[in-house]
Amino acid sequence: MKFIDEYRDPEAAAGFARALRRITTRPWTLMEVCGGQTHAIVKFGVDELLPPEVELVHGPGCPVCVTPLELIEKAIEIASLPGVIFCSFGDMLRVPGRTVDLLTVKARGGDVRIVYSPLDAVAIAREHPEREVVFFAVGFETTAPANAMAVFQAAQLGLKNFSLLVSHVLVPPAMSAILSSPDSRVQGFLAAGHVCSVMGFTEYEPLAARYRVPIVVTGFEPLDILHGVYLCVKQLEEGRAEVENQYTRAVRRDGNVPAQLLMREVFQVVPRKWRGVGEIAESGLGLAAPYAAFDAELRFGVAGHTADEPTECCSGQIMQGLMKPHECPAFGRRCTPEHPLGATMVSSEGACAAYYRYRRFKLPKDEGKVVANGN
Amino acid sequence: MAIDLTAGITCAVPIGDHTHVLMAHGGGGRLTNQLIDRLFLPAFGDAASHAHHDGAHLHLGGARVAFSTDSYVVRPMFFPGGDIGTLAINGTVNDLAMCGARPQFLSAGFVIEEGLPMDSLRRIVQSMQDAARAAGVTVVTGDTKVVDRGKGDGVYVNTAGVGVIEYDGVIAPASVRPGDVVLLSGDIGRHGMAVMAAREGLQFESDIESDCAPVAAPVMALIAAGVTIHCLRDLTRGGVASATVEIAETTGLHIRMDEHAIPIREDVRGACEILGFDPLYVANEGRFIALVPGPEAARALTILRGHPVSAGACAIGVVSESPRGLVTLKSRIGATRVVDMLSGEQLPRIC
Repeated sequence: MKFIDEYRDPEAAAGFARALRRITTRPWTLMEVCGGQTHAIVKFGVDELLPPEVELVHGPGCPVCVTPLELIEKAIEIASLPGVIFCSFGDMLRVPGRTVDLLTVKARGGDVRIVYSPLDAVAIAREHPEREVVFFAVGFETTAPANAMAVFQAAQLGLKNFSLLVSHVLVPPAMSAILSSPDSRVQGFLAAGHVCSVMGFTEYEPLAARYRVPIVVTGFEPLDILHGVYLCVKQLEEGRAEVENQYTRAVRRDGNVPAQLLMREVFQVVPRKWRGVGEIAESGLGLAAPYAAFDAELRFGVAGHTADEPTECCSGQIMQGLMKPHECPAFGRRCTPEHPLGATMVSSEGACAAYYRYRRFKLPKDEGKVVANGN
Repeated sequence: MAIDLTAGITCAVPIGDHTHVLMAHGGGGRLTNQLIDRLFLPAFGDAASHAHHDGAHLHLGGARVAFSTDSYVVRPMFFPGGDIGTLAINGTVNDLAMCGARPQFLSAGFVIEEGLPMDSLRRIVQSMQDAARAAGVTVVTGDTKVVDRGKGDGVYVNTAGVGVIEYDGVIAPASVRPGDVVLLSGDIGRHGMAVMAAREGLQFESDIESDCAPVAAPVMALIAAGVTIHCLRDLTRGGVASATVEIAETTGLHIRMDEHAIPIREDVRGACEILGFDPLYVANEGRFIALVPGPEAARALTILRGHPVSAGACAIGVVSESPRGLVTLKSRIGATRVVDMLSGEQLPRIC
């Protein structure tokens, strides 16, 4: 398939792996920011092709995983109300709240619907003027423009029954938080290509300069990731710390300017809690004052609600690259996709889900026996 | 009144820890298996011990008979490549074929929602008639119920079927041996994506049409030619991944597959990429895998390819001793990963 097969070519992958081995002289730890990249790495076995000196740790870029428990609880509370149609991307439905998830709310009679675009939720609101339609707006800068467009259109249409439960987060403040942690091992970043297709990459330049880390804007196919790792290691080996763009077929330096303008019109930068990590200043988006009428937290009076994170879940450390999923004592034992302790075990971009699905069993090179990781 | 989210467990038999049935309990993955293992099998006992297989093997008089049933609740009722009627016939026909039986007689039960346009019902029945004729089966008994408007999704159809088992050996995971080759009857993922696209109004460049078709003919041809068949599985819910994982787990053997060898049409791959679905888990309604001894694989492939429904048959994997109980997949870039059963349904991703 065009634009897919070229980036999964085994010979080209082997070529990148050889080139990487040639330039690597010592150990390096890189973080891929996005959960989509984590899954591609684990699914295709990209890390098996890397030289032993290069370690990939998995970053915070899974929108489902970083959504704090209290927002899940708010979603569950709103979705359980009679008369509400609660719309969400599919990923969010299996994320555990304190006692249930949104799928359970649906099973118990809540009108919870999976949509593919926030504009579908706007259409549902137009079709059902007698119902309150709420869209669960999660995600990084990638999903923010479409969610902004939904609110913008709802305002233009004068819809009174549409609102957004907003949990938007931003990548650069999270990278900054990781780098300022004294425990951080991250020496270079593969930045999230799709986030940069919206935002461009100028905002990463101060980070690269301040923390002396190379940041390579990277795509999601196996060859993209190998290429991104190559560029990042090359910078490290040469003592450079620059922002470089591997994902040139999708990302321009300035990003998608009309999308950014729309985001700025509808949203404002706010402090945001990250699940397992805590509050990070100026790390999220909330509705700007002129659009406050579309804020589901205000409409349903759940704004002040808080919930404590389960203490056994290590997802905060995993998403900061301090721990790998299989190193968590609960992994595969008390935490499985059927009984998750945290979102990283159920999200399609969650690092724990990736390890559970593809790496639960370690395959020794001779395939003589299987070592079960946590089973 | 808001929904009570703190209601306690009242079920005497805990099915996992779920107090209510979730959609995933019908998804064909781990939760479905839990429901069967912890609720249905204990209730219905040893006689139902073939429940994990596609049908029961019975001795009636002197004959070995396969008996199978399935209910069809697909939404929308009409989709590119078929409708709920073609599914209801072919699904049961295929379940019987997977037992090595020649499908012969079917029952048809209809649960119809009040207000269903008579034209729709007529179309569905016409499809069933056509599908039955194509598969060489006769619908011999049936039932009709009508439920209040709003209590059903247009129409639900149940079919059950019987057929005489023509294969002398045992077609079951227990017969699978190291060295067996996994043959796949054609490209995968079309049915699931066709229904998904029709249900959600997703527009792709071309219509993906369901692969819904009867597969009894190529199976009977394998039997007639004397090919040793160790196991057959149709690749419905859960797709090729769940079918192979189930065989590996049951037998304690290893199945190694090659991702590159598994045929998937471009438009299906594209749709899966967009939605974040893995085609290995997507449902098919006219596809099966056959596990046959290595030396017989080439001959079996030639026979399968002689039938239009399995013209695209190919070898996708081999069975070996270890790692025990696992399915592994050689990925497109040459690395190896484990294929696991999904715990729930595949859900479209965020970005």
